[in-house]
Amino acid sequence: MTARADLETIRALMRRALNEILRVPGAAIPGVLAPTIFFLGLTAVFGNLTLLPGFTTDSYQSFLIPVSLMQGAGFTGAATGVNLARDIEQGWFDRLLASPAPRGVLLAGLVLSASFRVLLPATVLLTVGFALGAHWPGPGGLAIALLITMGMAIVAAAWGTTIALRFKSQSAAPLMQVGMLLLILTTTAYAPLALLTGWLQEVARYNPATQIVDAARQGFVGTVSWDETWPGLLALAGLAALLVALALRGMRRTAD
Amino acid sequence: MTNLRVIGALGRRSINQTFRRPQLIAPILIFPTLLLAIQVGGAGRAVDLPQFPEVNGFLDFMIAGAMIQAALLAGNSGGIALALDIEMGFTDRLLAAPISRFAIVLGRLVGTAALGAATAVWFIAIALIFGAKIEGGVTGALLIILLVTLSAIAFGAIGAAIALRSGSASVVQGLFPLVFVILFLSTAFFPDNLLLEPAASIAEWNPLSFIVEGIRDLVISTFLGPSFAEGVAALALVSILGLLMSAAAMRGRLKRG
Repeated sequence: MTARADLETIRALMRRALNEILRVPGAAIPGVLAPTIFFLGLTAVFGNLTLLPGFTTDSYQSFLIPVSLMQGAGFTGAATGVNLARDIEQGWFDRLLASPAPRGVLLAGLVLSASFRVLLPATVLLTVGFALGAHWPGPGGLAIALLITMGMAIVAAAWGTTIALRFKSQSAAPLMQVGMLLLILTTTAYAPLALLTGWLQEVARYNPATQIVDAARQGFVGTVSWDETWPGLLALAGLAALLVALALRGMRRTAD
Repeated sequence: MTNLRVIGALGRRSINQTFRRPQLIAPILIFPTLLLAIQVGGAGRAVDLPQFPEVNGFLDFMIAGAMIQAALLAGNSGGIALALDIEMGFTDRLLAAPISRFAIVLGRLVGTAALGAATAVWFIAIALIFGAKIEGGVTGALLIILLVTLSAIAFGAIGAAIALRSGSASVVQGLFPLVFVILFLSTAFFPDNLLLEPAASIAEWNPLSFIVEGIRDLVISTFLGPSFAEGVAALALVSILGLLMSAAAMRGRLKRG
């Protein structure tokens, strides 16, 4: 197959995944609703943490919104995994594997669709966040946050795909969701690193997702700088490479 | 006597169903435990805020919220199980039998109660292992187990009412996000004087806040104060409401045939 045919396959798979938003709107609701509820709830509950000495902003909405964007990416990636599991259960994926398309192209179609689907919860979250007083991060900060959110959706979709290929059942959905939730929440999600306590401070210090969250937080809290951006992009690229490799391995094993 | 035997038999079935499928228990225990661990680590410095109530540590404050979260999820899970019974036709067969209609709901609630008791024991163990102190002592711990079990029954009755009215597991499953809305609008995770508006005003009147405070009182205080009495009263209110809703939903289902 030529590169052009590969691109067309990827585009067709992405269009199929994106069509679901229009044809089954109910399926997209949990992915939008869950991070929005968590954003609204956590800001109402923990909003006064900003009164602690050493907290880096006076707006908890601004501090939390990048984390909620990552959560939106996590739920979108999990939805990709659940949809793949459904396709496996219904036999559609077997037909896809019987096609001459390379496994990597099939995987690219799946994970890239998630990177576009995540723009729906991201738009809702940003609208709600700005309405509630989150700081405007500037065009640069917003672009970085969206780029990182789309990247995290690829990471989450690769994780969801790996789990779907391993368990071949939609009942593995909680594992897809909890895995990403753990990765995102064991960072500086609730408070700056210096204000975390106990085990979480140590885990957050070494969790690569902390760099990703901190990079996405630029502009919402503090200013945008390349020094804060590149560690996040590097961590994101590393996570994506690792999880895409795992998903690809799962796909090749499924095909054998 | 017959009703008690029916409730016993359906209760045994419900308990077996609940504990034989770990994938059903796991989200009820594991999700609130993970959230508890992360929130204690992430917001633990909140105890340094001047308006924060006197506690040994943030875990002592949070443990009651985690228990009620698990009880809410257990109630939701009981509702899903009843809805699945309706979808599969099992409830119709029970309705055709010469037994009390309400025994069908109470039998299902036995499983929810067992799950509620298990979550209370689990979180007391977590609290003690990780350095929290149950100030109420052994009596306090037993009262906590009782209150969490009764809470699971009360929330389970509401779940059962929704299952009977809708007859659809996916509708009851769809209530999952609502669990968090109710939790966030209560004092489950933070004291009401430190919540932001409008959550603070809503939490002041949310019955769940009273129930959580009643349980929390047993963890952080050595004597049974007014919070405990208010918690018991709120729990009685939610229980009566849940049972009335279930009875009305059952009557509605029978009318619809």
